[in-house]
Amino acid sequence: MNFTEHAGKAALRAAGIPTPEGIVARTPEDVADAARRIGKCVIKAQVPTGKRGKAGGIKLAATPEEAANHARAILGMTIGEHKVDHVLVDPQVNIAREMYAAVLNDPETQGPLLLFSPEGGMDIEEIAAEHPHALLRLPISIIKGLDEEALAAAVRRYDPPAAGAITDILVKLYEAYRASDAELVEINPLVQMRDGHFIALDCKLTVDDSALTRQEALAHSGTPDKTTDLEARAKVLHLKYIELDGEVGVLANGAGLTMTTMDAIRHFGGQPANFMEIGGDSYTKAVPALEIVLANPNVKALLVNFCGAFARTDVMAEGVINAWLHLKPKIPIVFTIHGTGEDEAIAMVRERLGIEPHDLMDDAVKAAVAAAKGARA
Amino acid sequence: MIIGGKETVLVQGITGKQGTFWSERMRDYGTRIIGGVNPRRAGERHLDLPVWASAQDAAKDQKIDAAVMFVPPFGVKEAALDIIAAGVRKIVCLTEHVPVQDTMYFLAAARERGAQVIGPNTAGLVTTGVSFVGFMPAFNQRVFQKGDIGVISRSGSLGTLLCLNLVQAGLGISSFVGIGGDPIIGTTTRDALMALDKDPATKAIALVGEIGGAMEEAAAEYAASMKKPVAAFIAGAASPPGKKMGHAGAIVMGDRGSYAGKKAALEEAGVTVCATPNEVPGVLKARLKR
Repeated sequence: MNFTEHAGKAALRAAGIPTPEGIVARTPEDVADAARRIGKCVIKAQVPTGKRGKAGGIKLAATPEEAANHARAILGMTIGEHKVDHVLVDPQVNIAREMYAAVLNDPETQGPLLLFSPEGGMDIEEIAAEHPHALLRLPISIIKGLDEEALAAAVRRYDPPAAGAITDILVKLYEAYRASDAELVEINPLVQMRDGHFIALDCKLTVDDSALTRQEALAHSGTPDKTTDLEARAKVLHLKYIELDGEVGVLANGAGLTMTTMDAIRHFGGQPANFMEIGGDSYTKAVPALEIVLANPNVKALLVNFCGAFARTDVMAEGVINAWLHLKPKIPIVFTIHGTGEDEAIAMVRERLGIEPHDLMDDAVKAAVAAAKGARA
Repeated sequence: MIIGGKETVLVQGITGKQGTFWSERMRDYGTRIIGGVNPRRAGERHLDLPVWASAQDAAKDQKIDAAVMFVPPFGVKEAALDIIAAGVRKIVCLTEHVPVQDTMYFLAAARERGAQVIGPNTAGLVTTGVSFVGFMPAFNQRVFQKGDIGVISRSGSLGTLLCLNLVQAGLGISSFVGIGGDPIIGTTTRDALMALDKDPATKAIALVGEIGGAMEEAAAEYAASMKKPVAAFIAGAASPPGKKMGHAGAIVMGDRGSYAGKKAALEEAGVTVCATPNEVPGVLKARLKR
């Protein structure tokens, strides 16, 4: 789950990392009020995505009137795929130097990785690519925890001002990462102010979806993924569904097989209308899954691809057949069924729908693509 | 990470519905299931097998070569640490949705003790006709016939389809290595490729990858040195790109992870990349003839 800057900064503050004392506002009037209290301020669009500055979603304001004007432009703006419905009004900070810090899950070392650079700001990727030595990459033992002495020594090699204070912030950043089951927590920029103190001017936080049920408080402050109405319906039922632009509806089990079915549709000249996976624990939910797939009006043919290991194809097929006979859709349906329970499943499809499932997936995909084109013509 | 016929296997969560169902199937197939773990049912018998309070208790009575976990996500870390402390060297974690920081923790503990973890979120291991651990339909003869193709897959459903396609084409499977679909897993594509390369029963390898991560790229580096033919299918060419992990994600991942990048890396290493799984058997047949 992704978090806006404001929600991420709350997690930083909880770990003892200073941030500006900003105010969240949803209307230009409230932004003006906040600016009156704060003084010179910065208005920042709160959407969980990068490039907010380049999109015009971050503006400086000297007066409440100026702040309100910026808020009128920013509120309602769309950045990436997110509509801006609130902003953060932060006090302006006297910046002496911008640095960069992050902790993230690293697939390569299979543990936490701490990143730090005395050069921060927007172009950190380029700095990292062009000057790899300007970036500290410190793998951390998740069992032993952060070795503060080794970290302090490593930070000193980058010769930043106030290495001790930076080390202290990095230790707290690692604590925030562990405490929030983060996949990533990033401060860019980490600012040293003219008075010498450090402050986190921005924060990007992504929390592991698998941990959300033990991160209840955090889960409430996160930004749910943007969903279509059908995707929202699927989510309530714990079905993994993504609506796409194509015309061939897909119902398959297992994420790998579902992706492969979509790939094959495109390979044979069609376009998938959706991702819908009913494997794992959800293999008994064929009925609601089919209802959602068919509720998309772009679907001109349905391809059912089951390959049962853990999931039983007879249970899934029975659900699909029941739903199909109940909904009576006016589009063609194509099956390919293999694995656990296939004899029963194939017999059921034959007897109750009068359809012969294809033995090879490629043949089924070709038939579904052709059927969708025929129906569209 | 290939499972042999002599290896003894402990089942964590043996008394649950799935643990019971698959333990019976594994035992019927020939897997040497020696019993299971459930702290609340210690001392009882289940499926006519002993139940212990912990893997460490079980290890006092029995030699345990491998363990397989039918354990809910938030219980996995503790269960894994118990197995590792019991000195078990091979651990198959089937559970999906394990918090990643928990996974990193028990993988680090396993590395310290020299234990090999397969998974999490894997369908398991099969050595055809000999033994299987996990929930692959090893006993389904349309999916698994003995042969000399080694199969590596992140996904159980897609791995099943690929094995089936091989059997439909008249080929057979030496071993299936399900490595798991999570972003951080104990046995990588490269590790599995090395194991099958060294396996005398395997003459060629079918590799099923997925977009995201850099495991296929790392496996390609090893594949370049191999004599055995490898055919690959990478799922996700038509999938919307996954989430980006901020600047840090870009710094760590660079341009790896895309379908095009993986395909190029594998082809560069002499691996044939197929457009659909159905094409894999034909490619392997042709390459084995050369």
